[in-house]
Amino acid sequence: MPDFEVASLPETDHVEAGELAPDFTRPLVGDEFWEDAALSELTDDGPVLLVFHPMDGAFPATYVWNEIRDREWGSEAQRASDASGDAASDGRDLTVVGLSISDPYSHKRLIEERGIDYRLFSDPQNGVAEEYGVVHDLDGMAGVSEPRPAVFLLDEDRTVEYAWVAQQWPDFPDYDEIEAAIADR
Amino acid sequence: MSATDDSPITFYRLQACPYCERVTRKLHEYDLDYRSRFVEPMHSDRNVVKRVSGKRSVPAIVDENTGVTMSESANIVDYLDRTYGDGGGN
Repeated sequence: MPDFEVASLPETDHVEAGELAPDFTRPLVGDEFWEDAALSELTDDGPVLLVFHPMDGAFPATYVWNEIRDREWGSEAQRASDASGDAASDGRDLTVVGLSISDPYSHKRLIEERGIDYRLFSDPQNGVAEEYGVVHDLDGMAGVSEPRPAVFLLDEDRTVEYAWVAQQWPDFPDYDEIEAAIADR
Repeated sequence: MSATDDSPITFYRLQACPYCERVTRKLHEYDLDYRSRFVEPMHSDRNVVKRVSGKRSVPAIVDENTGVTMSESANIVDYLDRTYGDGGGN
């Protein structure tokens, strides 16, 4: 830990455990193509871990996806290139998806460079973060806001089972706690 | 024209490709429900299109209404006219 206080983020009224996660439709980017997809289409197939992360290209997004990749969260079926696999077929029915303000081309690069098999939503106008109450206006980048780091574990009805939202900047998800929440399902 | 999981027509396309836009216009003309899958400009990165249609070229469509998979915008436009236009089978 640094020997000074890390900058804290203001209080925010975000979506919490027990609440219904707002549905949305955005381009969902895989390793081969992207297409519009609704969050509810993913939850219809089983539980979903929705990971809001900083824009692609710098260490925050890189660290988050390296860690999730190395922990092998989620079903293996989602890793099929055509994404048509049945997520429940290997007994680990969790779908892990990311979301940042980066455009689909950047997401494709991140997926390739990190060697991840997860799909990422692209939301350049940051409307989803607004819905979830996790907006982070970036200091020194006029007109640019992105989600603050946040992770939501959703059941098949989009009810939030577990929520983690950054309280400081920079901040990284509490991976062990999230892993425990996944294991508790 | 809404894009849903259940859209019977899947349209493989490249952003701002005029041949793809030609197909888009035709899909709109017949008010068809389709979903767009965007691929990369780099030809070698289009394996998904090759798996589906046998070729890496876009536009390509897969129409589950009829079981037809097709490439080349002129062919697709002809096909859409025949299938969904005046005097079409549907």
